[in-house]
Amino acid sequence: MNSLYYQKRLSRNIGDKFFTSLSVICALIAILPLIFLVTYILYKGGSQITPELFSLEPNPPGDDLDAGGINPALIGTLIITSIASIIAIPVGVGGGIYLAEYSKGGAFSRFIRFGVNVLAGVPSIIAGVFIYALIVSTRILFGSMYSGLAGGMALSILMLPTVIKTTDEGLKLVPNELRYASLGVGASMYTTILKVTLPSAFRSIATGVVLGIARAAGETAPLIFTALFSYYYITGFGDLFYEMGSLAVLIYNFALEPYDAQNKLAWAASFILVLSILSVNIFSRILAAFTEKTKRV
Amino acid sequence: MEEKLTLFKNRKRFGIEKNIDIIFKNTALVLSSFVAIILLGIILVVFFQSFESFSRYGLKFLVTSEWNPVKDEYGAFTAIYGTLVTSFLSLLITIPLGVGTAIFITEDFVPKVFREIIGSFVELLAAIPSVVLGLWAIFVMEPFFKAFFVFLHNFFGWIPLFSTEPTARNSLLAILILVVMLLPIVTSIARDSLNQVPKKLRNAAYGIGASRWKTIFSVILPAALSGIMAGVLLALGRAMGETMAVTMIIGNSNAFSWSLLSPGYTISSMLANQFGEADGSQVSSLFYAAFVLMILSLVVNIFAQWLVKKFSLKY
Repeated sequence: MNSLYYQKRLSRNIGDKFFTSLSVICALIAILPLIFLVTYILYKGGSQITPELFSLEPNPPGDDLDAGGINPALIGTLIITSIASIIAIPVGVGGGIYLAEYSKGGAFSRFIRFGVNVLAGVPSIIAGVFIYALIVSTRILFGSMYSGLAGGMALSILMLPTVIKTTDEGLKLVPNELRYASLGVGASMYTTILKVTLPSAFRSIATGVVLGIARAAGETAPLIFTALFSYYYITGFGDLFYEMGSLAVLIYNFALEPYDAQNKLAWAASFILVLSILSVNIFSRILAAFTEKTKRV
Repeated sequence: MEEKLTLFKNRKRFGIEKNIDIIFKNTALVLSSFVAIILLGIILVVFFQSFESFSRYGLKFLVTSEWNPVKDEYGAFTAIYGTLVTSFLSLLITIPLGVGTAIFITEDFVPKVFREIIGSFVELLAAIPSVVLGLWAIFVMEPFFKAFFVFLHNFFGWIPLFSTEPTARNSLLAILILVVMLLPIVTSIARDSLNQVPKKLRNAAYGIGASRWKTIFSVILPAALSGIMAGVLLALGRAMGETMAVTMIIGNSNAFSWSLLSPGYTISSMLANQFGEADGSQVSSLFYAAFVLMILSLVVNIFAQWLVKKFSLKY
């Protein structure tokens, strides 16, 4: 009779309680610092935000009174990330189209898919080392050494696997009936891809690509010896071939300065970087959830 | 009837359209092979750049820790040791925490809404740039753990790992910031593989009278093990290649020490620190170190992919 009721003292129940509390403790240890981290970055960085921050050049360290702004780094990040996107998106989408639409699961496509996964695991600093050897030290870009262009190329190597993967996976989710229908009414393969399959996979590809861009915007390691850093305004097209600042490298450089003013600038830059990356992530998450809901109906 | 046939004849595809089709396909083919070209390019370029140093120091490079640009003596043992120690120890802390958290958000301890919020929050954290984590580590973790490190040294100083006076920036701090970094990766991959275990396995275990944790330990975790292992290996690869946060907090010293409380070096932090200003045979030696790092992370990555393929769930 008694055995029908829950018995606290049974060793299995005690063990269950113990492990449950252990997993709760794990979750608390894991999550509390993470919550603290995000709020601290947003609070500490947010309190440094002023209008001048967006319009001024940073002052060289040592001047302890006023650190200036982060305008060149902000613009630099936008430019370098755009260069990376301009390179990585066409190559990645094209490669993804081949893998999903043309390849028949043979050795070549298996090798490429394998290569995509391996390239995704290559440490980001290796991408910087590679571009340094290939472009910076050889001065192959019209004699310029460190340049925003080289930085963008290094970032594009990191973006490429993400773009290919999301295109490949997004296209694979498009139902084959759509392809049959399009080919059946006489459309050629490229019309089918451009007018039917790509548009119907557009949202999932776009989400993945935007997340890849957001990730690249925060990468520092590939930039520290390709784009280097610059204190000066970006004034024209020619500046692409010279050292270019970026928010990520600014944070790195100024975090290690002994001066308070520079450190504050680093916090402000991290606030902007983290806030934009997090909002892109949250936005695409909401969009993905929304798509899923409409699909189910 | 005749009329229809002539209509049909006129609907032939133009030659130009056929050509566009072929061009389109081949462009896609070339673009997809870019991945292979870049990958091979990276391996070849780094290898050939390191060739000078490789032929000069050979495998001795891996086991000596002299790094002296003035005397042209190079050995990367400190950095290789630092890379391995920081990544393995951080993983050792991360695995139980991450898997425990993953179990917490896949079981029904708290309502689903909370679990989903926690899950997506953890995933968001994977998006925070490592340089920002480094900044946080310098200004928050460093002062926060100072007293704790002194305590560690005073009470556990007899263990070689804690045998030196704690310095402001040290390997242990690098390990801790790596834990913060790897936790989202391990947790979200472990959660995904736990979620993929079919419901019927759990129900069967409950049905024959297994308690909740008996079920988790004997049925669910073994079924999800391959996915979790792959996630752990990916995290290991990430930890070995991680540059910014580690460079900012590890103290960057090439003097070898067993102690985690003294400043250390990793391959990637050595590259980040010295690459910009290096010249001569130092550059080649740095490329050699980069090559070692690349091989390490390639091996880990390929092993992870193999593991997924070999042991992926077949239900």
